[in-house]
Amino acid sequence: MTRRLVPVVPCSGIGKSLGAVAREAAYVLAEDLRPGKAGVVALSLLVLGDSDTRAAVAGRAAVAIDGCKLECAAKGLGASGAGRVCKVAVFDVVRRHRGLKPEGVTDLNDDGLKLARAAAEEALKFVDEAAGEDDDA
Amino acid sequence: MPNLPKRKVGLIACSGEELAEGTVTRRAVRKVLETLRPDDTVTLCLPLFLAGGAGERTFAQHYPTIAVDGCQKRCAALATEKYSAKPAASIVVSAIAADIGCGYIGTARRLNKDGNRLADAVAERIAAETDRLRKGESRASAEGAGRERGP
Repeated sequence: MTRRLVPVVPCSGIGKSLGAVAREAAYVLAEDLRPGKAGVVALSLLVLGDSDTRAAVAGRAAVAIDGCKLECAAKGLGASGAGRVCKVAVFDVVRRHRGLKPEGVTDLNDDGLKLARAAAEEALKFVDEAAGEDDDA
Repeated sequence: MPNLPKRKVGLIACSGEELAEGTVTRRAVRKVLETLRPDDTVTLCLPLFLAGGAGERTFAQHYPTIAVDGCQKRCAALATEKYSAKPAASIVVSAIAADIGCGYIGTARRLNKDGNRLADAVAERIAAETDRLRKGESRASAEGAGRERGP
């Protein structure tokens, strides 16, 4: 049986470092921390209404990792009919790790990478639970 | 003559986080914004069209935009047109990759040497389109000024 991955949708912003942190957090979660359980889904496909992508998230538990308060990823998931959504807000993660000063967009600095890992870790429990539910279904 | 604010070209990257080509769009757009044409361009956030970003939608209705897409699904071009106005130019990374003979370009998370070469090529194409749009705008502006001086 092929396991269905828990969708992880990061912010697509390229104007500020926090968007890059959100994106890196999604990769850390899906590739480093929970490979085989979580998978990155492109926000632009949800925005456009791509049918395959919408089908992959509809009614399912998913993770939104947003860079700013506009919460595009969470809104994109909501508009696509996702079920429970774990919202990770990088701007809040920054507050919990005040010593870290993320810089860069194309290439994050070390603090940005550390912040991305911290953001990814906030969704671990949710991913484990959601993956378990899928296994039971 | 009054010093009017310069009209800029909006760059919209698909940003496709699932594909290496999406990463190419981000890297290329940032290079144009930071290095190649910093005075002529701004970036627009694609998901903000959906989230109701009034600034994004209004900008794309009144200013020329260039959509930069990773694949033939052309999310950036189609979503911009759907929520705002048709982009003045549309660039697809996978087409440029075929033009310059790129092989494997790395992953969405980390581009390899070929991926960075492709991003540079896409950035050059964006810069050229920016120049073309700016030039066309200058010509239209000059023609408009000529008409105003006429009978």
